Amino acid sequence: MQKKTAYSFPDEILEHVFSFIQSGKDRNAASVVCKSWYEIERWCRRKIFVGNCYAVSPTMVIRRFPDIRSIELKGKPHFADFNLVPDGWGGYVLPWISEMAGAYPWLEEIRLKRMVVTDESLELVAKSFTNLQVLVLFSCEGFSTDGLAAIAASCKNLTELDLRDSEVDDLSGHWLNHFPDTYTSLVSLNISCLGSDDVSFSALERLVGRCPNLRRLLLNREVPLDKIANLLSRAPQLIEFGTGTYAAELRSDVYSNLAEAFCNCKDLKCLSGFWDAVPAYLPVIYSVCSRLTSLNLSYAPIQNPDLTKLVSQCPSLQRMWVLDYIEDSGLEVLASSCKDLQELRVFPSDPFGEEPNVSLTEKGLVAVSSGCPKLHSVLYFCRQMSNEALVTIAQNCPNFTRFRLCLLDPKIADYRTLQPLDVGFGAIVEHCKDLRRLSLSGLLTDRVFEYIGMHAKKLEMLSVAFAGESDLALHHVLSGCESLRKLEIMNCPFGDKALLANAAKLETMRSLWMSSCSVSLGACKMLGQKMPRLNIEVMDEKGPPDSRAESDPVDKLYIYRSVAGPRFDMPPFVWTMDEDFASELS
Amino acid sequence: MSPPLLGVEEGGQNNVTLLGSSGSMDSVCQNNAELKERNYMGLSDCSSIDSSVVTPGSDESNVSLNLKATELRLGLPGSQSPERNPELCLLSSAQLDEKPLFPLHPSSDGHCFPSQKTVVSGNKRGFSDAMDGFSEGNFLSNSKVDVMLTPRPSSNLGLKSGSMLENLGVQPAKAKEVTNQKVVKDSPHAANETRPNHNASANNNSGAPASKAQVVGWPPIRSFRKNSLATSSKNTDEVDGKAGPDALFVKVSMDGAPYLRKVDLKNYSKYQDLSSALEKMFSCFTIGQCASHGTLGRELLSESKLKDLLHGSEYVLTYEDKDGDWMLVGDVPWEMFTDTCKRLRIMKSSDAIGLAPRAVEKCRNRN
Repeated sequence: MQKKTAYSFPDEILEHVFSFIQSGKDRNAASVVCKSWYEIERWCRRKIFVGNCYAVSPTMVIRRFPDIRSIELKGKPHFADFNLVPDGWGGYVLPWISEMAGAYPWLEEIRLKRMVVTDESLELVAKSFTNLQVLVLFSCEGFSTDGLAAIAASCKNLTELDLRDSEVDDLSGHWLNHFPDTYTSLVSLNISCLGSDDVSFSALERLVGRCPNLRRLLLNREVPLDKIANLLSRAPQLIEFGTGTYAAELRSDVYSNLAEAFCNCKDLKCLSGFWDAVPAYLPVIYSVCSRLTSLNLSYAPIQNPDLTKLVSQCPSLQRMWVLDYIEDSGLEVLASSCKDLQELRVFPSDPFGEEPNVSLTEKGLVAVSSGCPKLHSVLYFCRQMSNEALVTIAQNCPNFTRFRLCLLDPKIADYRTLQPLDVGFGAIVEHCKDLRRLSLSGLLTDRVFEYIGMHAKKLEMLSVAFAGESDLALHHVLSGCESLRKLEIMNCPFGDKALLANAAKLETMRSLWMSSCSVSLGACKMLGQKMPRLNIEVMDEKGPPDSRAESDPVDKLYIYRSVAGPRFDMPPFVWTMDEDFASELS
Repeated sequence: MSPPLLGVEEGGQNNVTLLGSSGSMDSVCQNNAELKERNYMGLSDCSSIDSSVVTPGSDESNVSLNLKATELRLGLPGSQSPERNPELCLLSSAQLDEKPLFPLHPSSDGHCFPSQKTVVSGNKRGFSDAMDGFSEGNFLSNSKVDVMLTPRPSSNLGLKSGSMLENLGVQPAKAKEVTNQKVVKDSPHAANETRPNHNASANNNSGAPASKAQVVGWPPIRSFRKNSLATSSKNTDEVDGKAGPDALFVKVSMDGAPYLRKVDLKNYSKYQDLSSALEKMFSCFTIGQCASHGTLGRELLSESKLKDLLHGSEYVLTYEDKDGDWMLVGDVPWEMFTDTCKRLRIMKSSDAIGLAPRAVEKCRNRN
């Protein structure tokens, strides 16, 4: 009798089952069950996330997944946000677009982060993907409004265009005019990063007016306040709105028009923008405050009491981004008013000032941790911290998933005991078992890393600066943090030992960045030779590595796993250490 | 530049010992600290190195040696002269974007090099000593790690003297203890005087006044946000009379170069500084004119060669001002230049011919 196997479902059934599996991780897991599942899965995967554009080549992706509709790519390492990655390092999207143009004509979504996107790439996108619906360029650079014009002109099905935090060359404000009059499908538009003269206001008005599904509109700073009312009246269905500059002479007509316009936006839940905000115009948004779930005032120079008064009117807030003008007192009000708060970010208004200009200390954060039971994501810039406060915060909020503390003086000790902040951060990792992202600062010895290695088992991303005393610290992290994917280190006394002892760990991570540390060139070369599935990139603008001693510390080191092998689009100051490196010398 | 390493083509750890010398432990320690101070980012704090040269065997000095090594003021740009006036600091502050990675002018380089050569050997030995502890396979597997590193931070790492870790100035128990002491001393220091900056704590040790210097990448704030802050503070500055925005990044393009760079004009106080920084930044392109990308990295950067290229009037430095006109750099006072400069361009001299008369004209109109 023929044995009936459990896997005799017809392919179509399996495919149907797989269509319920959205998460990439789960799909990856399914694909390794057996060969037939691998085959079925790869044919029906529609969405792919590539966390490091150099970890795999476009050819490989296309070969395995023939019918992708949505792709997300990330390029430069995170520290590029802080100018640590020199220009020209890489992260070019053009090779991807070129290959996908032929392979994925039905591509609908392109999301790029920290990549170099040229006008040529954008023009190719416009030409090749007629079905494109979503284009997100997050922290990208290299393109101008010409490229945007090409997208506007060709992508008839575009619903989302999001340029957040990108650097765009402003050549002409008329790219918006390239959206044809027949184009009405816009749902989300974020142009908050554009400079002056980049946006023709009348074109924007017309565009907003003819897109009835527009739900998200984030303007750039140059849009004056007195134009907002008109714009909002054309789009009362907005859910998320970002103003332009929020300063103007107080005029009663402007004021009342604004108040009325905001009042009519019954679905408005998220507000941002508020550049240069003046208190006089704040009350116009009071009518929407009670519904607000997200408020971004991090570009608004308003201070207390206006700021606190505004915050106290927003009981539904889940996400709050604000400057440190809010001070401890304002945070206490936030803690008592906003019981649904999940995410808090407090940015410094004067990060390079020598003296504190506001009264924002650890007390504010303690207050919020105590008053807001749902708080799980924090980014907090301040000038003083104590272990005691950190322990209290940890005990108050065991649900933290993201905790990033930035003390402006990066090696400052506990201001009360003058001890390192090891114990405080130790409490964070010990109590917050679900912590996925952690950024350290302050005076820290090897001890804090011991705690991290011991407790932070779910930690995926760790950012370290000016911390630790020896390789032991790095070793604790690499050997203890089982879920670690990204590790970025600057200005720490970590050398070769921990790195070499944990070389295998590096293959389980997405990437490791080390700058201004003590890793020697020799160690990099050794890693390059022994670990063929890692790309070891050494960046140094002083000159080629072969002209210096093996023991010289490398300036910047970026290690990432890759199945694509070394890349060839590097600028002159980046070298890949691989087995060929030594033989290339001549 | 130091000569190419012997045996480096063969790779592997065996060749590491070829350059071993018989430098004594003490001198290695000392020289090591100097090496660390110097080579880290290419930016050499030669002045402070001189002031901080310590005689080996002195406990106090060893302590500050260790601290310096662990504190990594190395390569923190702006860690130049601690005596620098804080106001001046803002203008010529080393909030460095591309700058930190270039060698100094030959004169300073020459000053620093000899020690570097001696040190190399000491480090070499340390490195190979470190590798002695385990066979080739070991370092790849975590399980062997206990041989080298114990989980308790206070324990000695069990390395022989002369090992690299010690060279780095990290004797765990001792350094920690000392660090704490220093910390205790530092913090009241910090509280009392105008806030010493990140890298100034080392300076505090040597009793120099705190200087405000900025470190690349700290605090971790995105450029977009920094620029927004800068513009806002500019608006309020006239009222408050405070110092100007902290950073003024402009793009620099060079004809023929494949990508743009960015410089912070606040780093420089005069044209000469800007010009030499740009020379270094784009030297890899001018040399690249003669070689294909593949072999580019193998050529030694020749300072004189590149200077010839730039000063030999093959390229000139121009900028686009607020009116959108392209002008020659250097025609207006520095402050006026930083106020009006929107972007820079290194263009071929032949293209720049028409600019000079216009620049003069504009200057005249302004004045």
